[in-house]
Amino acid sequence: MIPAAFQYSKAGSVKEAVAQLREAGPEAKVIAGGQSLIPLLRLRLSQPSHLVDVNGVRELDYVHPEGDLLRVGAMTRHSTMARSQLVQRHLPLLAEMAAQVGDPQIRARGTLGGVIAHADAAGDYPTLAVMLDATIVTDRRRVAARDFFQHLFTTVLAEDELVCEVVFPMAPGPHRYLKFRRRLYDWAIVGAAVQKLDSGWRVGLTHVGPSAVRAAAVEARLQAGATFQEAAAAAADGLEPPSDVRASADYRRHLARVLTRRALEQAA
Amino acid sequence: MAVTQLIGARVQRREDPRLITGHGHFIEDHTLPGLTHLAVVRSPHPHARILGIDGAAARALPGVLAVLTAADFHKVLSGSMPVTPAFAPEKKYVPERFPIADHEVCFQGEPVAVVVATDRYLAADAADLVHVTYETLPAVVDPEQAMSAGSPLVHSDGPDNIGWDMTYAGGDIDAAFSRAEVVVRERILQQRLAPTAMETRGVMASYSPYGEQLSLWLSSQNPHFIRLFVSGAMGIPESRVRVVSPDVGGGFGSKISPYPEDYLVPAASKILGRPVRWIETRTESVMTTIHGRGQVFTAEAAALRDGTLLGLRLTQVLDLGAYHGTFGAFQACACLMSGGVYRWEAISARTVGVLTNKVPTDPYRGAGRPEGTHLCERMVDRMADELGMDPAELRRKNFAREFPFVNNFGLTYDSGNYDGTLDRALELSDYQGWRQRQAGARGEGRLVGIGLSTWVEICGFGPSAATAGATGGIALVESAQIRFLPSGSVAAYVGTHAHGQGHDTTFSQLVAETLGVPLEAVDLRHGDTAEGPAFGYGTYGSRSLSVGGMALYTASQEILAKARKLAAHLLEASPEDLEFTAGAFTVRGNPQARKTIQEVALASYGGGLPEGMEQGLEAVSHFDPPNFVWPFGAHVCVVEVDRETGAAEILSYTGVDDCGNVINPMIVEGQVQGGIAQSIAQALFEEVVYDEESGQLLTGTMLDYLVPTMNELPTPKLDRTVTPSPTNALGVKGIGEAGTIAASAAVINAVCDALRPLGIHHVDMPASPDRLWRLMQEAGR
Repeated sequence: MIPAAFQYSKAGSVKEAVAQLREAGPEAKVIAGGQSLIPLLRLRLSQPSHLVDVNGVRELDYVHPEGDLLRVGAMTRHSTMARSQLVQRHLPLLAEMAAQVGDPQIRARGTLGGVIAHADAAGDYPTLAVMLDATIVTDRRRVAARDFFQHLFTTVLAEDELVCEVVFPMAPGPHRYLKFRRRLYDWAIVGAAVQKLDSGWRVGLTHVGPSAVRAAAVEARLQAGATFQEAAAAAADGLEPPSDVRASADYRRHLARVLTRRALEQAA
Repeated sequence: MAVTQLIGARVQRREDPRLITGHGHFIEDHTLPGLTHLAVVRSPHPHARILGIDGAAARALPGVLAVLTAADFHKVLSGSMPVTPAFAPEKKYVPERFPIADHEVCFQGEPVAVVVATDRYLAADAADLVHVTYETLPAVVDPEQAMSAGSPLVHSDGPDNIGWDMTYAGGDIDAAFSRAEVVVRERILQQRLAPTAMETRGVMASYSPYGEQLSLWLSSQNPHFIRLFVSGAMGIPESRVRVVSPDVGGGFGSKISPYPEDYLVPAASKILGRPVRWIETRTESVMTTIHGRGQVFTAEAAALRDGTLLGLRLTQVLDLGAYHGTFGAFQACACLMSGGVYRWEAISARTVGVLTNKVPTDPYRGAGRPEGTHLCERMVDRMADELGMDPAELRRKNFAREFPFVNNFGLTYDSGNYDGTLDRALELSDYQGWRQRQAGARGEGRLVGIGLSTWVEICGFGPSAATAGATGGIALVESAQIRFLPSGSVAAYVGTHAHGQGHDTTFSQLVAETLGVPLEAVDLRHGDTAEGPAFGYGTYGSRSLSVGGMALYTASQEILAKARKLAAHLLEASPEDLEFTAGAFTVRGNPQARKTIQEVALASYGGGLPEGMEQGLEAVSHFDPPNFVWPFGAHVCVVEVDRETGAAEILSYTGVDDCGNVINPMIVEGQVQGGIAQSIAQALFEEVVYDEESGQLLTGTMLDYLVPTMNELPTPKLDRTVTPSPTNALGVKGIGEAGTIAASAAVINAVCDALRPLGIHHVDMPASPDRLWRLMQEAGR
């Protein structure tokens, strides 16, 4: 890797990380697992002046059940979430998602907070956070997931703000996450997540627009007693998915419908 | 040749412990005192005029030693990069190619300037600061558009974009078609592929004014040819240039031809008086290392109703890229091999090489033979489909059965048993069982398909008579040198080059067995032009064993002949009375009278040799094969296509191949597996995509250029039959490209078979889910 030059500092706590970010100025970036940032540095598509390394911020590596909520620290690695018995018991869909990220090396490095802050259209956890009405906790505030993600690679985070935790509702019921991809370690070309709650089904879609999507039309049809087939037919309603070398927008719409139906069938 | 202790044995690869424990030595592992680092400034445009190059900001960075452009390089380099006749000797437009653009860039990634600095990061930073002013020019990336009148010119001073246009006529094609009862037509695309060796390219050069010597370390399959080309361009005697290609992390054909950097790096070293190293980034690799395939075929095949094949008429439009690759015209051999394993009355094959504003194409694993096989096997399947015949039956009806078999273009297949490999492949794959399961699946509305590929390959280049003209002078034979040192250790030098083929093991097995010494006694050496015979011919075209192995074998025989004379002298016997077994000469009838070859070797360095015998025990040998070799086989693939998503999944893959006698079955299996993987990659995954409008590469990273991994690939069931080549004493053929040649047709035939109930008869590559979904959508309308 031949990135452009940058300064580097290592933070041991949230407080230190935020102080370092503030001092380094607006061109600084946080590096957690680095699984998205390093490729961007390699291509020089990202040329930060300063990297604040938060891998030493141990206080953000945890899974805490609390009442009917599951609090997961931002520095929790994919592999930790995939294996965590607490996650498997209280929010097995998160464990299922984490187990499907990349390959073992990526899962050993990448973090929940990194995926949330990076806000890639193909990121998996934003889908879960949006569909379950999770809360993103930063060093200074709490933001509803639906308000957090603004656009492709864009969130409400200030330049010196750090994602610290995601608070999910517990959801031990039927669930499934299906990722359509060409290679096992690829991003989803389209992903569909379904979760049954006491109040009904929640349905989320990955990589069908600039940000994660909650498929409200599908949820509404299910609520009204539609079959999975009928409900899933609404999965692409209102979507403006991207067209790229992997898939056309039409194909992504089609996949959204197929994967939603299959996820519902497999979850139930 | 019988299977003996070492020949035919599953010896584990000797090179692996070193390579898998991080002790390999690739270009970036080599350094020199005072080393400097070069970065290349490349054109972002597919076609543009260079109006100015401003290197002032780059030069101003502390640590930057130079910013060099074409004007600087013209002082130390001359001539145009080489273009060989290969299989299209009658060229039309061949644009000159200087290693760095002078006034016009003709593909995205073409070098415009280089920066040399004291470290690699600095060189990259400085390269970003070189300001080049361009005036963009119209570009063309589609070869069929580039052929047409009114197309933008790839080179603004070119007459048109036609590199060659010639027709191979094999028999009376009109007569063959006039008897046709059935004709099928198809248009078949061969997408561009990026070879993607694990080690990218790299060059380190050190020019020493003392003695005017140039040393080059580069990641090459072909160090002696590079020495020839670079010494010529730099005006340095060939004998004063040393090229070292140490461990090379894969080539797949992409490291045969010389590249611009192979000239620019040594030239920069000469200009600066410092050693210089350049290591290609992965992004540069996808953009500027040669691409393979990139062809459009239109074909029609004629047959009688009973399945007798009559004629095949085809046109190959070959996307050359912005310049002719040095061996780019080799890919026209798709035409010569388009008849495959079948008897045809006539074949007429037109090949058109077309320039486009893209990186040049050149041989990539299989080079022309996968394309020829894919075309032939698709057309035969189309015909079976049209006739309502089982594709296995149609194949059998038309197999060549008498060997040597002379094909329509006068090429002589040395030996074959196409029924043998097909029978075994059908059995091993449970073909009949799958046909039944397919019927059941179709009843449930599932799309299961079975595809065959019965393939034959021309490989083992030489012979000299055929290849001297094709390279433009140097005949493709092979050299080897074997020497016993006094201690009995054996140094064996080969002119071939190993970059994953396992020669260190296979060749050592061969030498150890022939000379009767332990495997550990053989030191197999290659890849350094300062050692061994004067010239080596490199590794490509599945030639190493059948040509290079034979050179080792003949050198061994020369050594044995001398050793026998000396042993007879030492044992006071007549040479004819000696037997040579298990590494020792014994006098027939008197096993006590015995000299091991090591004892003879030591004696050869002593006094008291026979009258007229010189000291030492060594031999140099060149082997010029009398013919190419012709491996063959039969592959069977079973796929299921997801009717909803279009995803094709391989349910079963079987390959039965015949490469004659085998030295190391494990290495042969590895080659076949890797070849199949690379061909499945073409069939289902990989494609280099350029934007039709802007000419920009859209698949520039491994995120977008889909190299499949072990997760996506089946473990094939493999077997072999053995039909020795009668053209060499070892009875061997080649196996390095076999899987790549065979598999794409088997996979695509299976996909087409799966989609047949929907009325879909042809699918282009890659058969990606979105492409299959689109086809099914269209078929459903």
